[in-house]
Amino acid sequence: MSAIFKRELKSYFTSPIGYAALAIILFLAGDAFHMIMYYGVADLSYVYSNMLTFVLLLVLPILTMRLLSDEKRQKTDQALFTAPVSLGGIVVGKYLAALLLFVIGVSITLVFAVVLAAAGAEVNWMHTVGNYLGLLMLGGVIITIGLLISSLTENQFIAALGTFLVSLSMLMIDSIASMTTNSVVIAVVNFLSVNARYNNFTSGVIQYDDIIFFLSMQALFLFLTVRIMDRKRWN
Amino acid sequence: MIEVKNLTKRYGSHCAVNDISFRVEEGEILGFLGPNGAGKSTTMNILTGYLSATEGTVTINGHDILDEPNEAKASIGYLPELPPLYLDMTVREYLDFVFDLKKCKFNRAKHIAEICKLMRIDHVYHRLIKNLSKGYRQRVGFAQALIGNPPVLILDEPTVGLDPKQIIEIRTLIKNLGKHHTVILSSHILPEIEAVCDRIVIINNGEIVADDTAEDLSAKYSSDRRMLARIAGPEKDVLPLLKSIHGIADVAVLGEKEPDVIEYALEPNDGADFRKELFAALAKAGRPLVGLKSMEMSLEEIFISLTREARSATIQKGGND
Repeated sequence: MSAIFKRELKSYFTSPIGYAALAIILFLAGDAFHMIMYYGVADLSYVYSNMLTFVLLLVLPILTMRLLSDEKRQKTDQALFTAPVSLGGIVVGKYLAALLLFVIGVSITLVFAVVLAAAGAEVNWMHTVGNYLGLLMLGGVIITIGLLISSLTENQFIAALGTFLVSLSMLMIDSIASMTTNSVVIAVVNFLSVNARYNNFTSGVIQYDDIIFFLSMQALFLFLTVRIMDRKRWN
Repeated sequence: MIEVKNLTKRYGSHCAVNDISFRVEEGEILGFLGPNGAGKSTTMNILTGYLSATEGTVTINGHDILDEPNEAKASIGYLPELPPLYLDMTVREYLDFVFDLKKCKFNRAKHIAEICKLMRIDHVYHRLIKNLSKGYRQRVGFAQALIGNPPVLILDEPTVGLDPKQIIEIRTLIKNLGKHHTVILSSHILPEIEAVCDRIVIINNGEIVADDTAEDLSAKYSSDRRMLARIAGPEKDVLPLLKSIHGIADVAVLGEKEPDVIEYALEPNDGADFRKELFAALAKAGRPLVGLKSMEMSLEEIFISLTREARSATIQKGGND
């Protein structure tokens, strides 16, 4: 697992992908921070909402697109799957590498909160912590979705596009609730709503059941990825 | 060391490997021979745990590949048909990665340096794999299989893409490795298998059609010792002479091969040894025998006849259904 993790992390920086992802994150966050400065408000929520829409939906599919699809295309999966490593170890190693790169990118924006605090602005630290935790949780889910889709295709572009579309639909699932009056559908959608739970974090409300919800979603997608890879050996 | 029992692999209705069984003992080099699409790579992929078999079992070093995959895989070094190389890594980074992946316990620098020296890739150690020629890539793939010094080596067409000098090097290397390792080597190049392997398994259409040593295969399939004879003198004089010899059933004239020397193919009567009789008859008639050799079937001919037999058998079977 650690060998895979190290290799993936390194390969982000031997190809342009890692640099491009970090550059996009920093550019978007920097731009948002500049707007905050321009209007003279000390509320970083604009920075975080930018993170949500652009970073999660655009950068994460790029980070995950080649994780498994490229192994198959280059036939390097033959080295991985014939090594004394479990499928779970391979998948988790790749997941952790993508997660770490995402965390590095997002953590750099912590500097904005520190700058604001140093400049004497009142920073709501509970909000800040909630936002970062929420990004970590939701980002983790999208990374596992990306991993799952990457295991289904040999084409990186399809993997990225698929991850983008699935993640987008996941974030828009709430709108189904507003289109129907069926109470069962509404209850199901509300339970599954990623947005509602994410919003709990951003408003500084950190609850165990939200954390467990996000973690179990990640576990589910990782499990499905392992199952799909295992299934391929039988067909 | 390696035991394969009733291995079957089906893709839907297509049967890639059909009920094959064989054993490879410790320190043996087994040649796996077959035309393209015979099921060689599929079998090797199952042996190494990359694919799962539909039916049957594979035991490596006492560990079942399905029940104890990590123990079984730890004792295998595998070079697939296409070496599994990350093109964006240098040779050094790649071998380092494989060392970690296989959880090796050796001294890293020393172990990798030894393998690089053995495979003669030490001078490309710091180059990107992307920029290496096919021959070097193949050798890096081979080096990857050797990392961790596994007791079993499974090599799928290891000399593909190498130049003749490199091919000889790799063959010598495999022979040397065979002294301390159990090796399965696949190829569709017969001389290679003949030169390197102790035993040969011929596979065709997913089934084993022969399993024997090279010598035994030749002996078994060329029991009727046909002879090629070159005899000086006009055909009209020699031919009746040959036909009069007791042990010869049939004579075919192959034409003039040297000035005034004609070549004949001689079919023996029930495997009789007619050589002495032939010599005496020709000497008596004053016709010099300038060459005589046995037309022992080469491995190549055995292989072709075996795979052809199998094919016509399947066609017949299909016709009866």
